[in-house]
Amino acid sequence: MNGDTEEENHSTETTVWIRCDVYDTGIGIPEKAIPTLFKRYMQVSADHARKYGGTGLGLAICKQLVELMGGRLTVSSKEHVGSTFTFILPYKVSIPSSDENSDDTDELSDVDNNDAVSDDLTEGFFQFQPRTLGSLFSSNGSTRRTLHKFNGFPSNPFALPSPNGVVSKAVTNSVEDSSSVVADASDLTESTSSSDHRENSEGGAVKLRQGCGDSSKEVNNESRKSSNKCEGLIMKKEDENSRCVSRCSGSREEDSSKECCRSKPKILLVEDNKINVMVTQSMMKRLGYSMDVVNNGVEAVKAVQRHTYDIILMDVFMPVMNGLQTTKLIRSYEETGNWDAAKSSGIEQIQQISDYECCVPPRKRIHIIAMTANTVSESAEECYANGMDSFVSKPVTFQKLKECLEQYLR
Amino acid sequence: MDVGQMQRQWLDYTRSLFIEGFLDNQFLQLQQLQDENNPEFVVEVVSLFFEDSERILKDLTFALDQQGVDFKKVDAHVHQLKGSSSSVGAQRVKNACIAFRNFCEEQNVEACLRCLQQVKQEYCLVKNKLETLFRLEQQIVAAGGSIPMMELSF
Repeated sequence: MNGDTEEENHSTETTVWIRCDVYDTGIGIPEKAIPTLFKRYMQVSADHARKYGGTGLGLAICKQLVELMGGRLTVSSKEHVGSTFTFILPYKVSIPSSDENSDDTDELSDVDNNDAVSDDLTEGFFQFQPRTLGSLFSSNGSTRRTLHKFNGFPSNPFALPSPNGVVSKAVTNSVEDSSSVVADASDLTESTSSSDHRENSEGGAVKLRQGCGDSSKEVNNESRKSSNKCEGLIMKKEDENSRCVSRCSGSREEDSSKECCRSKPKILLVEDNKINVMVTQSMMKRLGYSMDVVNNGVEAVKAVQRHTYDIILMDVFMPVMNGLQTTKLIRSYEETGNWDAAKSSGIEQIQQISDYECCVPPRKRIHIIAMTANTVSESAEECYANGMDSFVSKPVTFQKLKECLEQYLR
Repeated sequence: MDVGQMQRQWLDYTRSLFIEGFLDNQFLQLQQLQDENNPEFVVEVVSLFFEDSERILKDLTFALDQQGVDFKKVDAHVHQLKGSSSSVGAQRVKNACIAFRNFCEEQNVEACLRCLQQVKQEYCLVKNKLETLFRLEQQIVAAGGSIPMMELSF
């Protein structure tokens, strides 16, 4: 198997990210196939198996394996050019002063050295995080080792280090420029944490790294006419990767306790009434959170374009654009990776390149809480139908807010 | 009057506002949000409410005075007022707004004008009551006492 492996090793530090690109010069993958690519039994077309063989399980298995190991699997592709699959994995590196993990294999060490008790200067291993296993695996299949010796690496497998040294629980996405969004496997398909249904709409996010090279593993491809933009960002990615990794190393010491690994969720309040803003902010402060505030749906969309939020408190009845419509636009972006729906509503996208950790910027679904006055047009059914996750009825009390947030943070 | 008496007076007066329906539980929420970090919270929020309400009432008067009444706009204003009065616990104002919105839906100008009167009246009442309450609070604090915590025990 051919691939590029970048790695940074710091002899004194414990965990780094390793990235592996597997690319081919195959038939490529059309954009609209991307959202379902990692789903079990999905192949790009109904007659794909007849033409190319396969069961449609390969990518699903890969995705689960990578995620069990605490990593991320993404894809970029250009039809008629090829595809690149990328995964990152956390890799624990340590100087073997103790004899722990004597049966661990250092996968990057000298292959000839079959004796796993390493004479190398560095020894390391990939760590499987304990997780609920998908149905593809039997109960003991893929757990090679349990989570022990957890030196400061966050227990949340999806945590990535952030520039200030605190590991964020919510992995943040950065839209680097208008056409370079990474299609993240776990967000494009069913994921264990998200319970809503996802319509697989056209135009899944593609792109990123150019793939040229020898073909490797089985990839579900199909020849189609549409062309995808493929940004040649390899160099940039590598820079960011090494930047990211050096930050990883630098922040190890600070992340020794679980508490400081879990940072505060980023919250957005969308509310036009000044008094409500004041009251809600005060309650949030009491709960220990800070919030960004915007006054209408358009501003909310712009805010989501600029930053990543974990939670949005969305007033339903608002001027300019109401909460239901705004939620629909945000969900459309989450599903398709683009803001076309917003553009057609007249919202211009402000581009901003986020310059912090973005080895792979996965996006987690934003938890949107409706704040409704419980009238007919703001009923709970209406809220859920438009993509909201939960609701709080007005007037907002401290208790309601607390329960709603705890439900999300649990 | 000594501090103890003033505090009792404050308690009695506050209780009466609840019993008479001028204030509801949401007002307690505001009081509970007031602490050393935020010692003037209730006064600040309520003052903002007063400002905002007066603006809205003016806009409402103007809107209903037009030849062709824009009921959508009227409804939007009333919705705002309903929202803010609800958030500060001004129960009677909120209820008057609810009634108001029904007539907006019916596009009944006469009824709307009556509702507007009603809302203005309720607003004036609660404004006076709250200003009295705040004056009492100032006196207590000036005399070296602290404002009691309200318990909704009735």
